[in-house]
Amino acid sequence: MATFNLKINGKTQTVDVDGATPMLWVLRDHLQMVGTKFGCGIAQCGACTVHLGDNAVRSCQLPVSAVGEQEITTIEGLSEHGDHPVQKAWLEVDVPQCGYCQAGQIMTASALLKHNPNPTDDEIASAMHGNICRCGTYTRIKKAVKIAAENNS
Amino acid sequence: MTLVKSTLGRRAFIRNTGLAGGGLVLGFSFFNSCKPKVAEAVGMELEMPKEWFEINGYLKIGDNGVVTIMSPNPEIGQNVRTSMPMIVADELEIDWKNVVVEQAPLNTNLYSWQVAGGSRSISSSWQNLRMAGATARQMLKEAAAKAWQVPASEITAIAGVLSHEASGNTAGYGDMASAAAQLEVPEQVELKEITDFSIIGTTRKNVDGKKIVTGKPLFGLDVQREGMLIAGLVHPPAFGKRLKSFNADAAMGMPGIKEVFSLKLYEDDFDKMAFHFTAFNEVLVVVGESTWQVFQAKKAIEVEWEDAPDVTQKMSMFGNQMEVKHPAGMENSEGHMSKLKELIARNAKVARKDGNPEKAFKNAAKIVERSYSCPFLAHNTMEPMNFFAHVTEDHAELLGPTQTPEWMEPAVAERLGLPLEKVDIQMTRQGGGFGRRLYGHFMVEVAAISQRMKAPVKLVYTREDDMTQGIYRPAYYATYRAALDADNNLIGFHVRAGGIPESPLFANRFPAGAIDNYLAEDFTVDTNITTGAFRAPRSNFIAGAEQSFLDELAEEMGKDPIDFRLELLKRAEENPVGNPESNDYDASRYAGVLELVREKANWGQNQEGIHRGVSAYFCHQSYVAQVLDIVMEGDKPVVEKVTAAIDCGIVVNPGAAANLSEGGAVDGIGHAMYSGLTFKDGSAEQTNFDRYRLIRHAEAPKAIETHFVKNDIDPTGMGEPPFPPIMGALANALYKATGRRYYNQPFITDKPPLVG
Ligand code: FES
Ligand code: FES
Repeated sequence: MATFNLKINGKTQTVDVDGATPMLWVLRDHLQMVGTKFGCGIAQCGACTVHLGDNAVRSCQLPVSAVGEQEITTIEGLSEHGDHPVQKAWLEVDVPQCGYCQAGQIMTASALLKHNPNPTDDEIASAMHGNICRCGTYTRIKKAVKIAAENNS
Repeated sequence: MTLVKSTLGRRAFIRNTGLAGGGLVLGFSFFNSCKPKVAEAVGMELEMPKEWFEINGYLKIGDNGVVTIMSPNPEIGQNVRTSMPMIVADELEIDWKNVVVEQAPLNTNLYSWQVAGGSRSISSSWQNLRMAGATARQMLKEAAAKAWQVPASEITAIAGVLSHEASGNTAGYGDMASAAAQLEVPEQVELKEITDFSIIGTTRKNVDGKKIVTGKPLFGLDVQREGMLIAGLVHPPAFGKRLKSFNADAAMGMPGIKEVFSLKLYEDDFDKMAFHFTAFNEVLVVVGESTWQVFQAKKAIEVEWEDAPDVTQKMSMFGNQMEVKHPAGMENSEGHMSKLKELIARNAKVARKDGNPEKAFKNAAKIVERSYSCPFLAHNTMEPMNFFAHVTEDHAELLGPTQTPEWMEPAVAERLGLPLEKVDIQMTRQGGGFGRRLYGHFMVEVAAISQRMKAPVKLVYTREDDMTQGIYRPAYYATYRAALDADNNLIGFHVRAGGIPESPLFANRFPAGAIDNYLAEDFTVDTNITTGAFRAPRSNFIAGAEQSFLDELAEEMGKDPIDFRLELLKRAEENPVGNPESNDYDASRYAGVLELVREKANWGQNQEGIHRGVSAYFCHQSYVAQVLDIVMEGDKPVVEKVTAAIDCGIVVNPGAAANLSEGGAVDGIGHAMYSGLTFKDGSAEQTNFDRYRLIRHAEAPKAIETHFVKNDIDPTGMGEPPFPPIMGALANALYKATGRRYYNQPFITDKPPLVG
């Protein structure tokens, strides 16, 4: 066990856990921030996606000891009032079916738009490749990403 | 208006007196916190009333006119939490923006069919939901009539406002709710005319949308309680193995670990229902403080497994007793395939025979014969299996994702030794179902663990646990034969189908009834690999096989594939073969979706570089036709577009139904093209998404368009029907694009490989 001071969604949070504990479980079990989802645990489904700095990362494969000073953003901190352009676009298109994968999809999409405000269809598909939606909402996701890009520019 | 006797769903109108006027007692909270004063209604914030008045089991009205509507059924992504309350709200005549939706707990006194299965949520509750709203509307009118001393028949109710034109009186529902709640339930209620619907038939967005996109706790895995422990299971590594012994010393020494023990789920004489079933009745349990610690400790247990003997499971399915044999031994996929091929070559059990098929085949000028196969599949709901339980001496509280709370309750009660009424089950939103959560052994497991630990416990499966635990879609095989005469007329049709462990055959579905000489046979193979219902059971294979065969047959006969199907359907409609009652489809509705898709997809207007396939199928009382367009990018087939035509009766929420149509198409393309579970020495060879391939973004169709047939038929299934036919449309379009027919799923590995 060790103490870690983490910068999450603009606040400093202190946890006392084994350094090998993935950020996913630090968030979910220790900080009761359950918006970040568990899907596979091996970086294959994207359900656990958070931002580390400006990049989308799979928190199930990110040991808490590797975070250091880097800022983490989770779905709960993407916007204060749930009005990030990507969240708004998701609501406009009414993307979710079961909804379980959507936090991860939104975190990947919002990181993509940060780096590439006007992605092509192919760029969207390749950036989103790591996020599985078992319900098959892919066409809606693509539409929502494009709307978010338009509204952002 | 249509008058109906409200006695139809009488028990749903029993008021739960413990709740009347008592405020927000129903529902649960994820973090033990109090109910908020402000609730999210349909995406916006609404001030909560000071007092609630329960009108019936489906709805309560606040003194400020806000209405809470209970959604009785499990929400697995089919959007019933929005669509079911819409039906109540329409009949109640309330503005949708004043509605708050709450998930109802399991309550067999109030609701019927609290199941997410068979695509029946809407169809089975359609009448009750309408009556719940209409009854409340009538009671509000009667309360106003009393207050104003005018006849109730002169009062109108529009968008939550009661008015009496002659006297000039008006009142909001909130003003009359208290008085209405005291009234007797009327003997008869008037239902609205279909043409007067103002909410049904309009798109309403997912009531949980805002919570989903902001990461609010909604799912079973999100449940947290004071003092809650986490449990994980270790099950045998192969079907055909069972626990012999274990040493947990190392695991017990790991941080946060409380206990490791073996758990026998059911006694041998337990009267099981098929939905109680588990492949592994004895498992190891690890209980600890946090999920990660438990996952780590599971790997540290030293276990010795041994070969299990032959087992015969007795179980019941809606009153029918059945015996399921699980032979001893470790099975392999090659062995499965050779067994299926061996049996497909022999005569099998005749399920239907019309005319003289033997003679037709004997006299045929040409016989077309093709075989189709598909592998086992894991459901792979995005949210792995999990459940929460808090069991005390005399009470059990369960909370989590289940498609069958009602059917699991007796198993939980029996395992705990508690009477049924001491077991309370509530449902969270669920990260997918697809049939997997019909089988709720995990609820019994977590209840037993909580009872032993004397603590609240959440059981969490890893993805590997989930994927290797069984309850798979069975592996199927089918051979189709058609007899053609010298003029290329279809004179005989034969299907022989089998599966491990069930047959995929629907002997009385199309083209049965359309061909004079028809033979359908089937067979089964026992296995110790456990299987269960998977979105559109059996149809999820046989539709694609049949629709691929019909495509090939049309080509052989020199006919357009839609015209060919329409000819057969015309015959089935005008002069059906066999007893018309036995043909379990409506030929004109079937033809209707084919005609609609032909028009909407501009079928027949060939476009350079676009390769099209068509398919149509009937299941869960609905009809779906799909046209799928492929373009080749180099040697890679890309699905450009899917056009779907659907007849599911009245469409309650068109936007949500379109979402299901899109999901069904993606799901069908994905599984037919990429997915499969294979076995070696009794173990699944794919245990996570690194080797189990699910469809991803770039592989999904670029566009999906859905068109609904407009009619006044009561709603039928929507969750399952769009899934099976697309596999046929895909195979048929692939043929046009590549010149090759695909017979064995997943097509990506059908020899020779589709793409590199
Ligand atoms: S849970 Fe991290 S990628 Fe699947
Ligand atoms: S919405 Fe269910 S997994 Fe994506």
